[in-house]
Amino acid sequence: MAEVISGLSTSHVPAVGAAIDLGKTQEPYWQPVFKGYEFTKQWITEQNVDVVILVYNDHATAFSLELIPTFALGCAAEFPPADEGWGPRPVPVVKGHPELAAHLAQSLILDEFDMTIVNKMDVDHGLTVPLSLVYGQPAAWPCRVIPLAVNVIQYPPPTAHRCYRLGQAIGRAIAAYPEPLRVMVWGTGGMSHQLQGPRAGLINKAFDSRFLDLLVSDPEALTSITPLEFLRESGSEGIELVMWLIMRGALSARVKQVYRFYHVPASNTALGHLILECQR
Amino acid sequence: MRQPQPYDDIPGTTVFDAERSRQGYHLNQFCMSLMKAENRAAFKANEAEYLKGWPMTEAQRQVVLARDWNGMIALGGNIYFLSKLFSSDGKSFQHVAAIMTGASQDAYAKMMQEGGRSPDGNRSLAEWKTRG
Repeated sequence: MAEVISGLSTSHVPAVGAAIDLGKTQEPYWQPVFKGYEFTKQWITEQNVDVVILVYNDHATAFSLELIPTFALGCAAEFPPADEGWGPRPVPVVKGHPELAAHLAQSLILDEFDMTIVNKMDVDHGLTVPLSLVYGQPAAWPCRVIPLAVNVIQYPPPTAHRCYRLGQAIGRAIAAYPEPLRVMVWGTGGMSHQLQGPRAGLINKAFDSRFLDLLVSDPEALTSITPLEFLRESGSEGIELVMWLIMRGALSARVKQVYRFYHVPASNTALGHLILECQR
Repeated sequence: MRQPQPYDDIPGTTVFDAERSRQGYHLNQFCMSLMKAENRAAFKANEAEYLKGWPMTEAQRQVVLARDWNGMIALGGNIYFLSKLFSSDGKSFQHVAAIMTGASQDAYAKMMQEGGRSPDGNRSLAEWKTRG
């Protein structure tokens, strides 16, 4: 049977992708950021991951205001990197896993999560920056990727509680898939940041630190964070952190924290990163 | 008519909710059009003329032409859509964020390097009023 072996969370700051693409990772500003992923790049080589379910948000790229799905599951065979206005990032095409994605769609809908099924979609920095941070700059991505795009652009995004429950449903669906696949779930975005208005630049280290602690030890406690609390405490864009709860919900109740990294600033954002292994 | 919302109390913050999305629909879709190179060229060649092709309010057109970022947000613009406009201008998120806060580029970058804007004193309108 398929198995969720571990989870990973990371911010997906676009400037981080630009730093990689333009060869600036060793500049003094960026060097501490990329040093924080050296462990991960080594760790991932030993995991034999078949499929990553990559929870992220589209930033007005594949979805304009014409269509705003709350949970959109990428079921296609491949997903081209999007042109976000300055040409596509020079990264490989993302290969999907249509069989597992179809199983997920069916399982999740019967489990009462009303997923939007997407059979054609370009993927933006929200998805490709995490891949670059973990896998570097390979000629082809070494695993299949099922994108799960979550609306966090137009308020309200799905609640923390709903996201955690969706993660649990993803965990159940994967456990019921007959092929012996090693699956990771990644939650991306965050941590605290605000990109707009006179309060732009907000960073809340205390909130982020508590969030990282509880995501490991007591994720149920995080499900009571209201949308208002996210906006007030973690900034208008910090609310992306609900996507980390989808990742956590898909893991075993007890997890082992393998790695934790936190750095301010990456452009306007507090950058956070966790690796969690499932405990049976 | 806009109903009062609990998040209206967060200072210096405009939450892009369904009502603002409705208000800013054409403004944001105009920004979205700038993802295509030929549209960017047409916009740069004659901004006012290009904007006539989008059924925005005159006020929305004026804040676009003036690159009044807080003005665009106030009229229903969303920062991720506005990013298509400032990217076409060759500007970054941090550049525009600094402008929206009223700080110089250097002062904003320094604030971020020193850990960003603290939430203390920035949680509610009442705190901003007492600060003056």
